[in-house]
Amino acid sequence: MSNRVLMKGNEVIAEAAVRAGCRHYFGYPITPQTEVMHYMAKRMPEVGGTMLQAESEVAAINMVYGASAAGARVMTTSSSPGISLKQEGFSYIAGAELPAVVVNVVRSGPGLGGILPAQGDYFQATKGGGHGDYRNIVLAPASIQELYELTVEAFNLADRYRMLALVLGDGALGQMMEPVAFRETEPIERVEKPWALTGRKGRAEHNTVQSIYIEADVMEAFNAKLQAKYADVTARETRVETVDCEGAEVILTAFGLTSRICRNVMHLAAKEGIKVGLVRPITLWPFPSQTYADIAAQPSVKAFLDIELNCGQMVEDVRLAVNGAKPVHFHGRTGGNLPTQQEILELVRQLAGRSAT
Amino acid sequence: MKPVFTRTTGLTDKPFHYCPGCTHGIIHRLIAEVMVEMGILDTTIGVSPVGCTYNNYEYFACDMVQAAHGRAPAVGTAIKRVHPDNMVFTYQGDGDLAAIGAAEIVHAAARGEKISTFFVNNAVYGMTSGQMAPTTLVGQVTTTSPFGRRPEFEGYPINVSEMIATLRGAVYVERVAVNDFAHISKAKKAIRKAFRVQQEGLGFSMVEILSTCPTNWGKDPVASLRWMEDAMFKQYPLGVYRGQELEV
Repeated sequence: MSNRVLMKGNEVIAEAAVRAGCRHYFGYPITPQTEVMHYMAKRMPEVGGTMLQAESEVAAINMVYGASAAGARVMTTSSSPGISLKQEGFSYIAGAELPAVVVNVVRSGPGLGGILPAQGDYFQATKGGGHGDYRNIVLAPASIQELYELTVEAFNLADRYRMLALVLGDGALGQMMEPVAFRETEPIERVEKPWALTGRKGRAEHNTVQSIYIEADVMEAFNAKLQAKYADVTARETRVETVDCEGAEVILTAFGLTSRICRNVMHLAAKEGIKVGLVRPITLWPFPSQTYADIAAQPSVKAFLDIELNCGQMVEDVRLAVNGAKPVHFHGRTGGNLPTQQEILELVRQLAGRSAT
Repeated sequence: MKPVFTRTTGLTDKPFHYCPGCTHGIIHRLIAEVMVEMGILDTTIGVSPVGCTYNNYEYFACDMVQAAHGRAPAVGTAIKRVHPDNMVFTYQGDGDLAAIGAAEIVHAAARGEKISTFFVNNAVYGMTSGQMAPTTLVGQVTTTSPFGRRPEFEGYPINVSEMIATLRGAVYVERVAVNDFAHISKAKKAIRKAFRVQQEGLGFSMVEILSTCPTNWGKDPVASLRWMEDAMFKQYPLGVYRGQELEV
């Protein structure tokens, strides 16, 4: 391990992007992620890159669209209300099949909400938000180290599939500090972009980037092409971490930082003789449905308990995946509040049939 | 036989879809001719808007990208930041630029982005069938101002060139028209000057081009040209609003 340093999450997002070869960043201030811009404002000039403060989140995502169309590795970051404004751009990026990286350091909502950490943007991130039949790759880091690695990986995935890769963090992940070990060299995959706008420079045909398909059959064929791509992404890129699910009675499931509270609950439960497993989706889209189905089929498993910092969003995908094979329960907190280990442990006891201690 | 007039190689062979009497075709040709004459067709990247000219990425022979409604200046900004040695232009109508995209054009101009905007003002939303635009004249009847634009209810038209010219980053702003040969010649000169300003790296340049919309004005093409001269010229005086002294 080299270059092990203590860094704030938001700064790690920026440094990871620079290390991934991103030389164009467009942003607009919003708490709790603005440190990404502060870092980029100083860092980009060091590497010959551009950090441009846009006039709005809308302008920023359309700058991402333009820079990506021009062939650049490009990123914008924001937080929940700002991400809502970018959704039109997400749809255009999908429609034009452009690679792009976006980070959402989620705060609580709806509305202007609060600036404390939350996971209330799961639906928005995984089910669209913008118009039309499109998907984004959604990555959910649970530590600063993973935030770094997944941000780098987001650029590779975006280029590989010509689609938007969204890193879904939360206000705590953005604001907290943890040690991060930077790699000597990043695993950057460079892909050719013959479709990019560079000026014709002798090319026989002009390149065009657009997302409009006026004729019914052309539009339908394009949608079929997108769906085939999404099926390919689902087959190749679904990522999930499972912990001690073999022989477990209760399966906790959570994404991002919430999973770390669940890990502590597992240890507390083990002391009481309750065997608890954990399923942590790393890609929220594609969702690791098969993993849930396989674990639900284990005879030892009595129930799933989904823990989120929202009113019940990922739990809908968990229930679809488990498909009635076992009960799926939910416990959520909002507004920046976190569930305590004790309140989760009490629910685990009940599900394991060991309540009334 | 020696040809006396040919297509410009700045345009593709795709036939225009514009209505009879619409002057978008003339404006396209002028931009294309200038690109060819300046030898920049191979280095220019254009940004198409939303509206009647949404698909002019199929017409211009340079590299082209189609932007979301109003966002062309943001898209163009980023392209220019990625490829600073290329030429970048946006082609935008009055709904696209002066209504939904008002923020983007103001800030691209204020930043002095080294791009050129060709702003086509026909005082109406064309594509969506003749609604009131920010540039619709007082008293003008449209599908959403059926009693004529009333200042006390719908407010006043925006004079975009005058407004943009107040920004230091906008170094060249001119309003032209394409109603007759003399004005078309002047319009071409303005388009060339805008590209030259960009080529010299001086800052943001914009040419506002008064245009006709016979279909939505409910006038035949000749009457449309007369209405442009009689009504639009009064609200939108032609001339250079910024950069008169620039010799490029």
